[in-house]
Amino acid sequence: MIDTMHAVQTPEGVDLALPVAGPAPRGLAYALDLAVQSLGLSAVQTVFYSAGRTGFAVALSLIAAFLINWFYPVLFEVLGRGQTPGKRVVGLRVVHENGTPIGWSASLVRNFLMVADFLPLLYLAGVTSMCLDSSFRRLGDLAAGSLVVHAPRPRRTRRPAPAPADAGPAVAPPLLLTLEEQRAVIAFAERAALLSPERADELAAIPAALTAGEPPRARLVAMAAFLLGRSA
Amino acid sequence: MKLAAFEAQGRARWDKLAAQLDLLERGKGEANGVDVAGWPALYRQVCNDLALARDRELSSALVAELNQLALRGHQLLYQARSGDWRSLGKLVLREFPRAVRREWKLVLACHLLFYSLAVGLGSLAYESPTAIYVFMNEASVHDFENMYDPESGSVGKPRPADQDTQMFGFYIWNNVSIAFRTFASGLVFGAGTVLSLAWNALSLGLVAGHLAREGSAAPFFRFVVAHSAFELTAMLLAGAAGMRLGLSIVAPGPHTRLGALRAAARASLPIVAGSAAMLVIAAAIEAFWSPRLFPAAVKYAAGGVTWLLVGLWLWLGGRDGD
Repeated sequence: MIDTMHAVQTPEGVDLALPVAGPAPRGLAYALDLAVQSLGLSAVQTVFYSAGRTGFAVALSLIAAFLINWFYPVLFEVLGRGQTPGKRVVGLRVVHENGTPIGWSASLVRNFLMVADFLPLLYLAGVTSMCLDSSFRRLGDLAAGSLVVHAPRPRRTRRPAPAPADAGPAVAPPLLLTLEEQRAVIAFAERAALLSPERADELAAIPAALTAGEPPRARLVAMAAFLLGRSA
Repeated sequence: MKLAAFEAQGRARWDKLAAQLDLLERGKGEANGVDVAGWPALYRQVCNDLALARDRELSSALVAELNQLALRGHQLLYQARSGDWRSLGKLVLREFPRAVRREWKLVLACHLLFYSLAVGLGSLAYESPTAIYVFMNEASVHDFENMYDPESGSVGKPRPADQDTQMFGFYIWNNVSIAFRTFASGLVFGAGTVLSLAWNALSLGLVAGHLAREGSAAPFFRFVVAHSAFELTAMLLAGAAGMRLGLSIVAPGPHTRLGALRAAARASLPIVAGSAAMLVIAAAIEAFWSPRLFPAAVKYAAGGVTWLLVGLWLWLGGRDGD
């Protein structure tokens, strides 16, 4: 697997793979959050100023600006299971490095230290840190022990792609395949539907010894069905 | 075991766990004939399934599905109970003074840095009439001089209560943000914190020295004496927290730099929280008490009380166990 994964060992003794998110989706989520923050602030100020620009209204809107600036990400991350509105839209989630949901202190540290990530300007330090770190952690994440991971909306089921209709019955491979070769055949069958037919044919033609004579793509898919135990 | 057999055997529990996780993530216990009873046992079985599927190198789509399922279960099972409002009070009243005393060397260093610079620059501005212009333009100096002029100064002049409230909001927005930035910029080897403290010492020292030279020292000190206890001390404590961050990288001691930084960030959070609380108090005093014109004795007595309160809070807070 070539995705960027951060492995976490759970108390059950199994390794979970956390798909960490890089600078691009995180930057997008941050831009969305900035938009939400400024819209929220102007909405709040419109309400406060509706009864005239009194000193009380000015005070309230200054305090609102302060709270939104510093605590918007913290509140949403801790109470929203690691997701600010921007992260929710992009499909990101903040977690502790051990995969558990982010708590108050880690969220405060990572969001306050965003000031340091901004330095010297335009988040240069943060982006540099993300690019150097194997898990895309900015300085705040390093200090807080947090990660930003991809959190796809849970789909009901994600079964392997069904075998194409032209697969025909399962066919035993004519040769004894190693485990790695079996994996390659199965992976091809799973992905064949996602490839263009020309490319799929091209790839299927490579193991010529397996497919001798037959239409290679259908042949490989049929062998995959056999290897997966569908016929038995 | 072939994939199909593995899937046939496990599919029912994977789907059941997925349905239970959907409920749990929405904070529900039961819906559509599914309830969450026994989900941790199911989760552990799915962890086994994941390990098995990965070890046997079964389909990567299935491994990804099980990984996602186990990850969601892990997050629900091992989430920490988050603190409530009581623990926030405990943080500010007890853990904050304890953390300040634990970092007393850095707190002392920040006080020495700040006050020596402020006094030094203050005496410079007291001696030399032009020193202040290094830092401020003529118009601002003029404003300051007018504000604290003993004859016609605006400090202590009755002003609408409305304006006091506005200033309260301004002080919170401005001062607490400065404290947070002073803390966070300490990550850069402490340099950001030192610069921030030095800048504040510069402005305070020069203005105070210059006003003293103009004969406006008394109105100025009557204005600042009460809130400065909370405001200056809070700034310097945020500075000490920032220095702790920077020092952890410069001199990590027996830890890795990353480990030291994490410990420092955790250890300095109570100080930052306490500093913010102090600045809110300072904002209230500065907005509603400091501009009032009372006899000097009253003002200085109130100032003495606030300095005493701050001292007692930091000296005795959280000493009674718990």
